[in-house]
Amino acid sequence: MAETRITLEQVRHVARLARLQLSSSEEESLRGDMDEMLAYVDKLNELDTTDVPPTAQVGEAGTPMREDDVTNAPVAEEMLANAPSRERNYFKVPKIIE
Amino acid sequence: MPSELNKLTIAEASTLLRKGEITALQLARDCLDRIQAIEPKLNAFITVCEKEALEQAHAADRRLKSNEAPALCGIPLGIKDIYATRGVRTTCASRILGNFVPPFDATVVERLRAAGAVFVGKTNLDEFAMGSSTENSAFGATLNPHDTERVAGGSSGGSAAAVAANECLGSLGTDTGGSIREPASFCGVVGMKPTYSRVSRYGVIAYASSLDQVGPFAKSVRDAAIILRTLAGKDPRDSTCSARAVPDYERALTGDVKGLRIGVPKEYFVEGMQPEVEKSVRAAIKIYESLGAKAVDVSMPHTGYAIAAYYLVATAEASANLARYDGIRYGLRIDAEDHIDLYNLTRAEGFGAEVKRRIMLGTFALSAGYYDAYYLKSQKVRTLIRRDFERAFEKCDLIVTPVAPTTAFKLGEKMNDPLTMYLSDIFTISVNLAGLPGMSIPCGYDEKNLPIGMQLIGPPFSEETIFRAGDAFERAGSFKPRPTAV
Repeated sequence: MAETRITLEQVRHVARLARLQLSSSEEESLRGDMDEMLAYVDKLNELDTTDVPPTAQVGEAGTPMREDDVTNAPVAEEMLANAPSRERNYFKVPKIIE
Repeated sequence: MPSELNKLTIAEASTLLRKGEITALQLARDCLDRIQAIEPKLNAFITVCEKEALEQAHAADRRLKSNEAPALCGIPLGIKDIYATRGVRTTCASRILGNFVPPFDATVVERLRAAGAVFVGKTNLDEFAMGSSTENSAFGATLNPHDTERVAGGSSGGSAAAVAANECLGSLGTDTGGSIREPASFCGVVGMKPTYSRVSRYGVIAYASSLDQVGPFAKSVRDAAIILRTLAGKDPRDSTCSARAVPDYERALTGDVKGLRIGVPKEYFVEGMQPEVEKSVRAAIKIYESLGAKAVDVSMPHTGYAIAAYYLVATAEASANLARYDGIRYGLRIDAEDHIDLYNLTRAEGFGAEVKRRIMLGTFALSAGYYDAYYLKSQKVRTLIRRDFERAFEKCDLIVTPVAPTTAFKLGEKMNDPLTMYLSDIFTISVNLAGLPGMSIPCGYDEKNLPIGMQLIGPPFSEETIFRAGDAFERAGSFKPRPTAV
């Protein structure tokens, strides 16, 4: 993995995936930061984890079920009060379909 | 009537309130006066809620007359600005949520409200809890009340500083990699990160969901125990929250640690750490031995891999959690012709440098072709770190370590070097990866008069043992808290 040093092109690709518009100076500094972090995390490869199961969660096992009852009050007006742009009871967005 | 009621502990204030010797209104006023006087020096709060606090205090006073008031009735608390508070702006220290007013309360806020607590304000943090110094805040850094040229720690720096400076009697933080314990250590207060799943996270703005946990800051172990009892317990709105019964943590504070086996891991006393930190924590272990506890050597060989594993797990989860900030339903929006440009520009403008850095790293770690090498690998190493603790707890009841390798560092000292900043969490991060409870309690000062913290780590759901040991150390009286400079 040592050769996985990140290129500017990769930084741009990741920024597209993450929906982040980066300036060229941000691209350059993030390339350096990511490169340093990826070099650092390479140390994980010192460990043989072939037979080690991954830990995704450390909570107690199982997902509890509950009745699907509505418990919250309708607060449409309060929700919409936070909308950057609204029209009547809708969130307003740029036109997506021609 | 005593003056400067803001200097009381929760246990003291609660007794005086009940006896009718002080009122919740007086207590709230003293805290708000203190806030007004020193906030220009500290910046511990993003939003001060004077009007709401006085109303809550007034209601608490009425309730205190009934003799049925809960322990936190009338107690002024600071709430990290990562908790949704109904009707009060909740920013997470980010421009992207700069004007967000939640229409609901987080479960823990709801519980504290029901208990009659008084919220003096929303405390400062690193943006989206990403940081170890509270310098990554869109609202400016919080300064350390012991030395205002130094950081308060982070990410819950505002909550730690506010309690240390007597702006409130206790506060709420969150801890994903040390965000309660490290600032508690830097500011000289008690900070408790409970077992993963002990406390509901409904209404807590998510950073890394397999690591995030809610917990209190307080001036004493007893106060932390009082707050945690109110916070903890099952919540149908958070399916990760444990259904286990919540003990009366205060009853565990017997002062008795005879026979308690205290594990001392050699990997936590490393070269390069500040010598006074090691000396102070080792002295605390001696105190435990003098109280009848037994120190045992343990080894946790994977400790050195924790930060690498953490920064893949946490950033990967963060990149997914922060995808929701798109400028559509709430928060900042930068308008554009095209909806994709709207997302790109809104997020570019709304997020700070550290948040972008972590979103980028996490997105990369999860992206096609790299998932196995980075994310899956880090989850496997996480298993090895858990096993280290499981093995250690076969030989001991608690583990004692330093909280951080140094005392509070200077503002700006680590801002241009992310990796060095990440390394300040070297002793706290493993605890989150393993989902364990860990508490920071003050145990000394360095030669610059800066607080040093020791960390008590236990197996899952051993909060009672941790509180008992912490309280026993306080009772031993070898450590004398000093007043803050501010």
